[in-house]
Amino acid sequence: MEVNKNSYTIRFAAVMVIIVAALLSSAAIGFKPYQSRNIELEKKQNILQSIGIDVSREEAESNYSTYIKEELVVNYLGVIMEGSAFDVELSKEVKKDVPVQSLPLYIAVDKDNQTKYIIPLRGTGLWGPIWGFISLNDDLNTVSAAVFDHKSETPGLGAEINGDKFEKQFSNTEVNTKKIMKDGKFVSITVKKGKSSGEYEVDGVSGGTITSDGVTAMIDERLSKYLPYFKSISNEMKVKSVLEVVILDEKSDTTSNINKRIID
Amino acid sequence: MSNKQEALFSKKNIKLIKDPLDDNNPITVQVLGICSALAITVQLKPAVVMAVSVFFVLCVANVLVSLMRKMIPSRIRIIVQLVIIATLVILVDQTLKAFLYDVSKELSVFVGLIITNCIIMGRLEAFALANTPWKSFMDGVGNSLGYALPLIVVAFFRELLGSGTLFGLEVIPPNWYIENGGFYANNGMMILPPMALVTCGIYIWVQRIRNNKLVEEN
Repeated sequence: MEVNKNSYTIRFAAVMVIIVAALLSSAAIGFKPYQSRNIELEKKQNILQSIGIDVSREEAESNYSTYIKEELVVNYLGVIMEGSAFDVELSKEVKKDVPVQSLPLYIAVDKDNQTKYIIPLRGTGLWGPIWGFISLNDDLNTVSAAVFDHKSETPGLGAEINGDKFEKQFSNTEVNTKKIMKDGKFVSITVKKGKSSGEYEVDGVSGGTITSDGVTAMIDERLSKYLPYFKSISNEMKVKSVLEVVILDEKSDTTSNINKRIID
Repeated sequence: MSNKQEALFSKKNIKLIKDPLDDNNPITVQVLGICSALAITVQLKPAVVMAVSVFFVLCVANVLVSLMRKMIPSRIRIIVQLVIIATLVILVDQTLKAFLYDVSKELSVFVGLIITNCIIMGRLEAFALANTPWKSFMDGVGNSLGYALPLIVVAFFRELLGSGTLFGLEVIPPNWYIENGGFYANNGMMILPPMALVTCGIYIWVQRIRNNKLVEEN
């Protein structure tokens, strides 16, 4: 067999390409269901983690249905739209213009019966996308907890954003409170190089400045989109409390009337 | 097989494994695959995982190329080698994503980096194309171990001195740290890329002190 003839070379290349293509595409198709399942379970696991519930990937499914009560999609005006938050692919949404973006929002009730609002995050790190989930208490100001993840940040440096040390800074405890609103104005949370201070800053990861800045930008950009919705629901709260006052007035009114009548 | 008379673990074959560990180490002597060595030695875990993946890819690619060595047209041999390596790496990546999801997350970008690791191309070109499958396999084992050794040593010191951990576990007693009233602080420099080069350099230095064969005459 003449290995170095042109015709042989071309035939060899053609056969090799066909075999490799067939092998790779069948592997891709065959493994797809398993891979998507893993990704879906991981998403549920992350959502649960963002309200402080740590479960293994296998238990994520059942716990998810227990704790997550609503999967909403809202738009930039704060209007609730059709669809489920879980089906929204945030990676595609963030590329769209703001008015046509679907903003996914999960509402959960945690172990202590507290309502938590979970906002999915998506941004850019140094080498590729970063994402995560941040949850707010029902005052829509105090951060309850957050999780982060990344595609390809450098291990030991930028990749530390999904480490416990970084994520714990967002967890609301007796000694640690992080907030996003200052005197009624949205200020977000800044990941600071060096020592952070106060309720609106967290420590960055050493050697991961660009990734840290990416996290800052991501939290700011994503959370700001939900402000109209937050405003609309806190208005609801206000309306509710006004109504309660009116009812109380009525009650006291009748009581005083009754008193008057008695006096009469 | 033409060399049936030669034992599987003859002295010659054992040398194929032993040589790359010291005298002909791919990283410290041939200075191949150095970029990955710098990138993933911040912590031990990714270094070990990378070493295992390179072990698998190099051994299988070496054997495959050796089996095909009489069929591969010499003019497109580099492309053929590259296709074989890339196919293996993608298959490994897809399999991990489907069945060992946590490991695949741990590896993230490094799986892709294996394709560009010059040690693998180098061994296919220099060894597997001219030798029998068994010898090529031994060569693969030797070189991937030779790759793993400096990688793990450098990662050990970088993680220990840079983060005070090993495999993510704290090994420095917490009360040693200055913030807890002690005297010790982690060296932040160690986790930055330049210190990978310096640590690698120290490794080479120590290796040359111990092994006179490596010292140039003039």
